Amino acid sequence: MLQQAFDGLVSGAFYALLALGLAVIFGMLGVVNFAHGAFYMLGAFGAYVLLDHWGVSFWIALPVVPVVLGVVGVAVERLLVRRLAALDPLYNFLLTFGIALVLQDLVKREYGVQSQPYPRPSALSGSVNLGLFSYPSYRVFVLGVAVVACLVVWYALSRTRAGMIVRAATERPELTRALGIDVGRWVTPVFGAGIALAGLAGVLAAPMRAVNPLMGSDLIIAVFAVVVIGGLGSIFGSVVSGFAVGVLTAVTNFYLPSLSQTLVFILMVVVLLWRPAGLFGREEGVA
Amino acid sequence: MAAVLRARGLAKEFRGFRAVDDVDLDVPEGGVHALVGPNGAGKTTLFNLLTGFLRPTAGRVTFGEHELSGRPPERIARLGVARSFQITSLFAQLTAREHVELALQGGTGLGWRFWRSDKRLGRFGDRARDLLAQVRLADLADTRAGALSYGHKRALELALALALDPKVLLLDEPTAGMGAEDVDATVELIGRVRDGRTVVLVEHNMNVVASLADKVTVLQSGRVLAEGPYAEIRRDPRVVAAYLGDADATD
Repeated sequence: MLQQAFDGLVSGAFYALLALGLAVIFGMLGVVNFAHGAFYMLGAFGAYVLLDHWGVSFWIALPVVPVVLGVVGVAVERLLVRRLAALDPLYNFLLTFGIALVLQDLVKREYGVQSQPYPRPSALSGSVNLGLFSYPSYRVFVLGVAVVACLVVWYALSRTRAGMIVRAATERPELTRALGIDVGRWVTPVFGAGIALAGLAGVLAAPMRAVNPLMGSDLIIAVFAVVVIGGLGSIFGSVVSGFAVGVLTAVTNFYLPSLSQTLVFILMVVVLLWRPAGLFGREEGVA
Repeated sequence: MAAVLRARGLAKEFRGFRAVDDVDLDVPEGGVHALVGPNGAGKTTLFNLLTGFLRPTAGRVTFGEHELSGRPPERIARLGVARSFQITSLFAQLTAREHVELALQGGTGLGWRFWRSDKRLGRFGDRARDLLAQVRLADLADTRAGALSYGHKRALELALALALDPKVLLLDEPTAGMGAEDVDATVELIGRVRDGRTVVLVEHNMNVVASLADKVTVLQSGRVLAEGPYAEIRRDPRVVAAYLGDADATD
């Protein structure tokens, strides 16, 4: 049972990393990035391709792939998303949905739908004794990286000047501009950072989940539910809700396996009925 | 007095509806200029045109020798034309002090040390304290804006606009929704901060206009109906007619 809960924390870590990226992008651009799952998938494939073609190890891929994907994210924002920014957000929903399909199919063309193997890094192939039970070291590592990444984002947003501007621009873009701050300048780096987080989650997933073109689209639906539960645009809410949903799903899987896949959506419905803006959302957030 | 802010032939059309229609406006330097008019007269639209939040359909706005029309709001703010909003609009999660610091850094750009913690930089601390004291919020510096009372929120908005050290301060209904006591405090506050700057004011409360404004422009249906000192304007038969049946006429 305790081990189940720990498994839940690990899958919650993936939810949290992806939901965090979605939340900052939504807050800043008002765009739900449907391509987020595809970038997660590209993160995993990036690690796989680096290892398979050039023998580049996991330890190099872990920082490199997210940075490269962050740059890709910057390009996507600059070249595509920005052009539609002045229009109804629906156009950007469609755009990012299209990007997701294109990326998925490009990878599918090259590698097919079967899962590619990615070995755990040898330093983390064993298990560690956590006192009450022993647990695969790699999973402990994933949890640690995710927690550190969330803390770094939290620090950047809450303690730095740049973070204060991003939070302000997320909450009230008009007032922020009235204070003489160029909000548009911050949209691109925030988009890139959100995509980089998705890439980081992807690399982390490679050694423990099936690396295939559909891994992102399978996961992202649940992540959308996580974001809605936490409150659209709420950065703190998305992280808390990510870990909470992970643990609750794992515990449910232990007692009521048949329900575990559906649980996140049941939670979403309950939260929407009870607090339409999400657990940590602002009331104005209701569209 | 020379005009510091000037609009010529300014117009804004929304899907065929002319919210602002061929308006000429000269805001004299150093004075308090009130924009009044019945609801829907185009006052807020005019404000948004002057501060770059809307692009004019026709006409132009100049500030000294700077052309303002076509510039984005953040540029206009940095040139020295700051505004407040009609609807209380603050960041619920930031404290009063953080609001003012954000406004103070707005004009400076970020420089190379943007990742440094605010506390370590700390260079806006004194200015922020002064501004909060000016609007009588010194004791509430560490309170989140979401927890401030209505009157305090409006005072904080004023501090934000002042943080930009603007030459022209545009206030959109600074006393809207206030009780008599807060209105008096706000009038007194505006009276203090007007020193050395120009204030443009959208205001429904005629007592406020009477006690502050040097010049009044009356708008109706997007056009200038009358203009002049308050004492003259209130006797203008066209103005009286425009306000007849409007609740504001009783003020």
